[in-house]
Amino acid sequence: MTEGRIVKVSGPLVIAEGMREANMFDVVRVGEANLIGEIIEMHGDRASIQVYEETAGLGRGDRVVSTGAPLSVELGPGLMENIYDGIQRPLVAIKNAVGPNITRGVDLPALDREKKWYFEATAKRGDRVVGGDVYGVVKENEVVRHKIMAPPGTDGTIEELLSGYYTVTDPIGKLSRPDGTVENIIMMQKWPVRVARPYKEKLPPNEPLITGQRNVDSMFPVAKGGTACIPGPFGSGKTVVQHQLAKWSDADFVIYIGCGERGNEMTDVLLEFPEIADPKTGSSLIKRTVLIANTSDMPVAAREASVYTGITIAEYLRDMGCSVAVIADSTSRWAEALREMSGRLEEMPGEEGYPAYLTSRLAQFYERAGMVRCCGSDERIGALTAIGAVSPPGGDISEPVSQATLRIVKVFWGLDSSLAYKRHFPAINWLNSYSLYKDRLAPWYEKNVASDWMAQITEAMRILSAEAELDEIVKLVGIDALSASDRLTLEVAQSIREDFLQQDAMSPDDSYCPPEKQHDLLTLILYFRDAASRAIGTGADIEKISELPVRERIGRAKSAPVAEYKREFAEIRAEIDAELSSLGGNR
Amino acid sequence: MYREYRTIEEVAGPLMLVRDVDDVKYDELGEIIMPTGEVRRCRVLEVNGSDVLVQLFESSAGLNLEYSKVRFTGHGVQLPVSREMLGRVFNGMGEPIDGGAKLIPEAVRDINGTPINPASRKYPSEFIETGVSTIDGLNTLVRGQKLPIFSGSGLPHANLAAQIARQAKVRGTDEKFAVVFAAIGITFEEADFFISDFKKTGAIDRTVLFINLASDAAIERISTPRMALTAAEYLAFDCNMHVLVIMTDITNYAEALREVSAARKEVPGRRGYPGYLYTDLATMYERAGRREGSDGSITMIPILTMPEDDKTHPIPDLTGYITEGQIILSREIYRKGYLPPVDVLPSLSRLKDKGIGAGRTREDHSGTMNQLFAAYARGKEAKELMVVLGESALTPIERLYAKFSDEFEARYVNQGFYEDRTIEQTLDLGWELLHILPKSEMKRIKPAILDKYW
Repeated sequence: MTEGRIVKVSGPLVIAEGMREANMFDVVRVGEANLIGEIIEMHGDRASIQVYEETAGLGRGDRVVSTGAPLSVELGPGLMENIYDGIQRPLVAIKNAVGPNITRGVDLPALDREKKWYFEATAKRGDRVVGGDVYGVVKENEVVRHKIMAPPGTDGTIEELLSGYYTVTDPIGKLSRPDGTVENIIMMQKWPVRVARPYKEKLPPNEPLITGQRNVDSMFPVAKGGTACIPGPFGSGKTVVQHQLAKWSDADFVIYIGCGERGNEMTDVLLEFPEIADPKTGSSLIKRTVLIANTSDMPVAAREASVYTGITIAEYLRDMGCSVAVIADSTSRWAEALREMSGRLEEMPGEEGYPAYLTSRLAQFYERAGMVRCCGSDERIGALTAIGAVSPPGGDISEPVSQATLRIVKVFWGLDSSLAYKRHFPAINWLNSYSLYKDRLAPWYEKNVASDWMAQITEAMRILSAEAELDEIVKLVGIDALSASDRLTLEVAQSIREDFLQQDAMSPDDSYCPPEKQHDLLTLILYFRDAASRAIGTGADIEKISELPVRERIGRAKSAPVAEYKREFAEIRAEIDAELSSLGGNR
Repeated sequence: MYREYRTIEEVAGPLMLVRDVDDVKYDELGEIIMPTGEVRRCRVLEVNGSDVLVQLFESSAGLNLEYSKVRFTGHGVQLPVSREMLGRVFNGMGEPIDGGAKLIPEAVRDINGTPINPASRKYPSEFIETGVSTIDGLNTLVRGQKLPIFSGSGLPHANLAAQIARQAKVRGTDEKFAVVFAAIGITFEEADFFISDFKKTGAIDRTVLFINLASDAAIERISTPRMALTAAEYLAFDCNMHVLVIMTDITNYAEALREVSAARKEVPGRRGYPGYLYTDLATMYERAGRREGSDGSITMIPILTMPEDDKTHPIPDLTGYITEGQIILSREIYRKGYLPPVDVLPSLSRLKDKGIGAGRTREDHSGTMNQLFAAYARGKEAKELMVVLGESALTPIERLYAKFSDEFEARYVNQGFYEDRTIEQTLDLGWELLHILPKSEMKRIKPAILDKYW
């Protein structure tokens, strides 16, 4: 074990000498308080260390001890429903140990070492196993059947494997290696966070992540295994969108990384998720959720690590053959942590002081998403979807983090503060947002929801872009200059915006909208368009059409409960017909 | 006794380099003994071998490399705290300046505090009635929230902050707020306005004041807000009080930070502010809140003036990303003579949803709030169109919206600094204004609520 002495302390950066034998990226313990740090540079026998805790009180000559291992996470039963900090320290256990504020040098294992889980063996004696093969399962809670897998790189034959109650470090069996050595099998694995977990092959994503959000599923869908970003200025509702995605995504697991954001937001998730029922399982949402909280007042270096911690846990869950969504709020804060460390290392800055390797680091993060054939003999398929919020300064996405992200991700949900001021939520701008998965996912929607899905969405988008053009004309010459059919386009576009795109996260019946209801709602609005267009053809007055009472009812259609909406929509259709025919016309 | 060093090598701006020191820790508090015997304070910014870079908290005038001495105290910057602080006035470094007796500390706290574990925070949800319609009705403040006021030079943010401090209450309780006030680099007149307002209303007895005036050393400002927050934390979490922290002006704080950063020749972020400005501001703002194990709370109203009224300037921008909303003041509304001149549309309270509704304010609160926002936004759009094309170009409904937006500004926004409206008055006024529009436009309000209140 290498032991060195501190020669320099500057904020979260510590330089120690006598570290020649330590490895790059080793975890070290710093000072008497045993602060956790990581070696990020070596110069001769001097190691530059980023320390994950507040460094006040460190001085020259303090001891630095290398642990000889890279920064790793513990993987196994007990992850679910937990809240960790950026380097996977369990925050609830810390609270119980040291009180409501986080003190330094707390050392608690990420997975509870005392708790016993019932392990049910599915493999048996004599089975040959390779990395990724399943030994058995642990029923972690009502929803989660946690597969206990052989860690990557395993190769051997099971000598012994017994069902029963075990802690995560108890031996559950024995494995003999080809070279004749025998080792214990335990449930817990460790994996270094900066290395992607292996898989057999990557597959092109072809299935949407259903989120119950009309803006997402209908307009700008993201694939299971895809990547998406949400840039937006403050106050545009980024966090609400992220929370909605975390709540309603049809992923088996959700990892929510609060990276340099508000403490109260994490508390909100912690208090709210246990109360919400998962539409898929009926059980509470927290059962399938892991939270990583490195709030903005927590040490900045741990913020840099937090996204890796989150995505490594996600990869492990993906390896079980599951669909996992990682939601990171916000990647800009992560990039700022990178910038701060880079500045302290006196590296030559790139754009706006960010390090030159910003883009490649971001790309590495998002590239860990994907749909994959997992390791193991049973060819299971897992998917990891990565969704990152970006907080561009002043909402201007020409800044480096937004631009670097846009080059990588396939879906862009651009939030717009002017929509937010009008309380149009989610404030996703329909004109500049995009999804490159649309065509690839269309067959799925057409097969599983409705055959006219794409056609209908394309039509809605056409109406919305026509509105933008017509608005320009109205601003110049006034609305009277428009023809009746153009005015109808404006009315319908308004209806699509207000009655379809707007979705109330607080309303119990509108917060989650299943794809079929999304489709039918849009059909209803387009039905009104077609009927009104015919009425105009026979001479009906557009002013009168725009004042029809049924339009208010269309406006409320989205909050019809899922069980009853079909009847309600049918009634509205009948009312559209009745009211339009009462307008008459000149025939 | 601490060792004294006579090895000051350099003094430049707020920084000082001391050579050949031993056993000095990062972030340690140091004391400089001037040739005259005067003692000034400093803090360790960097330990590099046997060299130490320190940041002065006071001016370097009179510092002499040959005869000045430095000693290090073995601990960080601390503040002695006590319940007796209420009613007292301190300078930016936490020393009493009101001529009163020396404080007998009940505890001594490091001014940097420690982060609150997110798992032990209590979510803020208790409605605070400020008596200001634009806040109570549209941007509701709750206990434990941090809600800044974004202002511009020449706008009456001080009056609004004083009005909130004067009128704020939680209904159904007679608990009073203690106020911790931090003046950061503001003028004597502005500080005096607050002090005399607190005196007039008797609030001074439950107020702790930390005063760093524009004439005081700029670098002292770096500690002033942390002193105030340390006092607030003691009162809230040790004495179970509800504390309202008002800090003005954060822009001056950020500028002091920039001064130190520039002197250290750090790679600057936007507009010369250090790259860690976000983290630095967050370690202050995030000290607001409520936590388990204590009934008290810290509600924070930082005030900042936006340079050139630009909301995308780094200081308001980064603040907005950390705080739970913002109240923005508008020069346009102020010119119309409406007080307080709150710019309703870009203002926001993120925590309002959990603080309003049946049992907290009234069941119609959320629906009317959204309706007022949407109607005002549409009215303003209609008015813009009217400027270009004339009133005749508007449809009849747009004309109603335009009228609504005028009335809304004149009656809802405009209330003066001395009118204290109850939440019911605010909500009823909202309904009254909505009657300018036809009932069919009330799409944001649930039908049951609409039928009951329309």
